[in-house]
Amino acid sequence: MSGPLTSLAGRALDAIVVGGSAGGVEALSELLPVLPAKRGLSVFVVLHQPRDRSSLLPDLFASRCALTVCEPDDKQAIEANCIYFAPSDYHMLVDVGPQISLSADELVHFSRPSIDVLFESAADVYGARLLAIVLSGGNADGADGARAVHDAGGVVIVQDPRTARVPVMPQSALDRVTPDAVLPVAGISMLLNTLNAKEFPNDR
Amino acid sequence: MSATLAAADDFDIEIRLFLDAIYHRYHYDFRSYALQSIKRRIRAAMQRFGCQTLSQLQERVLQDAELFPGLLDFLTVHVSEMFRDPPFFLALREKVVPILRTYPSLKIWVAGCSAGEEAYSMAILLHEEGLLSRSLIYATDINPRALQRAEAGVFDVQSIAGFTENHRRSGAPVSLSEYYTAAYGSALFDKALRRNIVFSDHSLATDSVFAEVQLITCRNVLIYFDRGLQERAIGLFRDALCPNGFIGIGSKESLRFSRHGAAFVPVSTEERIYQMRRVGP
Repeated sequence: MSGPLTSLAGRALDAIVVGGSAGGVEALSELLPVLPAKRGLSVFVVLHQPRDRSSLLPDLFASRCALTVCEPDDKQAIEANCIYFAPSDYHMLVDVGPQISLSADELVHFSRPSIDVLFESAADVYGARLLAIVLSGGNADGADGARAVHDAGGVVIVQDPRTARVPVMPQSALDRVTPDAVLPVAGISMLLNTLNAKEFPNDR
Repeated sequence: MSATLAAADDFDIEIRLFLDAIYHRYHYDFRSYALQSIKRRIRAAMQRFGCQTLSQLQERVLQDAELFPGLLDFLTVHVSEMFRDPPFFLALREKVVPILRTYPSLKIWVAGCSAGEEAYSMAILLHEEGLLSRSLIYATDINPRALQRAEAGVFDVQSIAGFTENHRRSGAPVSLSEYYTAAYGSALFDKALRRNIVFSDHSLATDSVFAEVQLITCRNVLIYFDRGLQERAIGLFRDALCPNGFIGIGSKESLRFSRHGAAFVPVSTEERIYQMRRVGP
């Protein structure tokens, strides 16, 4: 590895996937508002939550983000400059199209939605043009997914477990993959800020 | 293109060949299932059958028909619960049941019933609303083993606490415990509920309409289909529903992407319950 990642300015990216559980909301509150509105990115978020009630996250973040925030329906077409929050009690997958596929399959790591399910499907569709972020959380969900993103050539950023409210999730990811950067949330935020650079290398 | 990307593409090709082979050999059509979900299920099956490659699994399943029921269990989804999304059933009671009462006899189709949770939920709801004795529930699925389990009416007692809470929140007048006896870690549901349920093999991918019905529920089944197959299924539902009939779909499923969408008007937007538009002037 050529040293830790310090800028994303020159990096061709189509999508960002983010996963977390306990302590994840605080981290997201710092990260999602930083994302630039016109970089053409699609952003997908899985946060472990109770399965028996609908998620409050889209409402919580809608007013604070430059990107459009939504909780998608099944087979909704994926658009640029949108943030998709996995609905409660469904796995959220990036499918060919690209479009969203939801599933009510078995829990993965006791979770539905599962971070692994999102990350692995996104790695499959976006390959090297994907950035994955593993945040604070209480189990190993996300580790296999981060590995899949890395293996497909994508960028992996892990919250420094020493700065996470619950270190198990980021530590599990570090045990599974050598990420491009390990940073506290403020550092991840600064890194995401480099996406604001004037030159847009997304030359599809 | 990187090596990993090329490998992923090869796997996609293998999946297409595999699903073609399953279709031609066993007449189960998974070719229009949503790719990423079926891919996960196929990977799980490979692991279960100890196969390194999908072609290995394909060869074994083609040569040994006895393996197929086990594979089918992997390719189909069994995760369900009774009274899943209680507000859906509450909306059925409040907005649909009053109109169902006006029919002298009722036919109801629970499409993709898996191990029967949704069918029994429907039977219980109809019983509580005084409609079960004049109802016939068609509960259909593609997996014969799931249908056998459904017919047995036996559920793991560990899931009963969740079912009971769901049932309570659906506006039920009595406790779910009225409907089953628990023994040896299982809950056996009252045979009387089954008297008006016909469990049968039916594929939304390959079969056609078999009856005219007043109500269809098909929840969290369409999510496993690609848009083309969703269109086919929704077309079947449209043809099966009587004028002004109702359909309930999963809380994150939508008819708005469908060309049949205009045939339905929402009864409860939040709970995804729709009514067929009146036909004629």
